[in-house]
Amino acid sequence: MRLLISFVLGLVFGIGLYVSGMTQPSKVLGFLDIFGDWDPSLAFVMTGAVAIGLVAFSFARRRGRTFLGDELRLPRITEIDAPLVVGSLIFGIGWGLSGICPGPGIVDVGFLDWRALVFVVSMAAGMMIERLIVDAPGAKSLVSKGA
Amino acid sequence: MRIDWTHFTPWTSLAGGVTLGFAAALLLLLVGRTLGISGIVDGALTARDREFGWRATFLLGLLAAPTALRLFAAPTPPNIETPWTQLTIAGILVGFGTRLGSGCTSGHGICGLSRLSPRSLVATLTFMFAGFVTVYVVRHLAG
Repeated sequence: MRLLISFVLGLVFGIGLYVSGMTQPSKVLGFLDIFGDWDPSLAFVMTGAVAIGLVAFSFARRRGRTFLGDELRLPRITEIDAPLVVGSLIFGIGWGLSGICPGPGIVDVGFLDWRALVFVVSMAAGMMIERLIVDAPGAKSLVSKGA
Repeated sequence: MRIDWTHFTPWTSLAGGVTLGFAAALLLLLVGRTLGISGIVDGALTARDREFGWRATFLLGLLAAPTALRLFAAPTPPNIETPWTQLTIAGILVGFGTRLGSGCTSGHGICGLSRLSPRSLVATLTFMFAGFVTVYVVRHLAG
């Protein structure tokens, strides 16, 4: 049941990304180009998503469990630390270089676009590299990371 | 700053955003997990327990979205113009950065802001700032 629900929600999320315009890199780059011809559309994506999300998260928190009776697993870390900021900076540079963030990249692979596949495979590689150099046991002392 | 009115799509973008919000809300209320794509990808690559399955099927759903769209209309395929070398670098940065920073546009942006998490607000402002600066450099300084 859980697996089927996740599949359907992946489908819905992917359709939402397409409808919002985020699967089109030129649309995303138009939003990020605030010093040129700025397309503010993606601010509306965020507004719509967070409006629904605010209600859902406050409701879920009061309820404490899912409708299926399972536990809620929410992020517990609240610390604003260097890995958070440095990681987000690095992500933002990659986002600005391509106009693609993780979700739309995967949907674009579903469009059978080979460039999207290059992006997603590189993204997976970037995640592995992070795991090797930051999350490795010996590297803990170099960068202390909350998550 | 000039507003690009020709490409401005407030209503479809709002409708798309509401759809994203509903998917995140239902994943939370039915599966009990935060909808963060970078975390889901990373977890699907590494998790071997009960946390693997729902992530894998969610990603299959994302991959199947274009096929589902074709049942109703002829969706416009993406037009990725970035050279593959730049895409490779961008992909590595996105993968590395989202793991170091524990989230991306969905996990920090949509879910984190919905949880009113100051940590996610800082992350969201940071990656948006970096995105603005990068596009400025690429389009207006280098290009």
